[in-house]
Amino acid sequence: MSALHLEFDVAGDNFLSAGSATDRVKNELRKLGVSSADIRRVAISMYEGEINMVIHAGGGKAIVDIYVDKSVVKLIDHGKGIKDIELAMKPGYSTANEEIRNLGFGAGMGLPNMKKYADELIIESEVGKGTTVTMIVNFS
Amino acid sequence: MELTVADLIAKLNAKEICISDSARKVKGGYAGDFLSNVMGKAPTDCCWFTVMANVNVVAVATLADVSLVVICEGVEPDDSLVQKAKVQGVNIVSVKEDVYNAVIKSVR
Repeated sequence: MSALHLEFDVAGDNFLSAGSATDRVKNELRKLGVSSADIRRVAISMYEGEINMVIHAGGGKAIVDIYVDKSVVKLIDHGKGIKDIELAMKPGYSTANEEIRNLGFGAGMGLPNMKKYADELIIESEVGKGTTVTMIVNFS
Repeated sequence: MELTVADLIAKLNAKEICISDSARKVKGGYAGDFLSNVMGKAPTDCCWFTVMANVNVVAVATLADVSLVVICEGVEPDDSLVQKAKVQGVNIVSVKEDVYNAVIKSVR
């Protein structure tokens, strides 16, 4: 059983509130005494996932389980899905539009960052049905 | 040489937008506008130079744990950025110089 179980609804197309779930998780990790380096890894990978759900999937759900030695972040959306996961993982590849890029997103580094900071990244996606991303960060 | 946020503000002759901890140490820097690049590459406690000035800058600065954000080219920050910076306690200043010249000024 996890020490802490949190669930969030991530609103689609709202860049102002994007990251609020991540903020909550960060605060909880801090309260639990997790190191700032580990918090950074959890928070950045989760924020990237949250932003992806806002940009590409019209929002979704974030389910977070924090254990003594790791965190498991699951992001579930019912958006359009990822056609080619290998291509999506390529640094610099992005399908974000001009408006999104003007906000500073769409560099094509979201998934690569998630891979960089999470110890385990699992992407399950079906075109037209949605995507589930699971990220595990082991605490050092 | 170890600088603080206050030292850098003086060096850059920067305009304060939100300063919550001027004694915070600054270690290294990063320049860039794509937020994911910042999250992927900016070192903890660094000074981040950008021309971005929307609310997501605060989120990224918090996540990447940067000591000071320097908004360049005299870009006016959004109100939502200023509000969120105050809540999150993020140090943000602005300068008239472009990123290249601001960086040069910061290391002189």
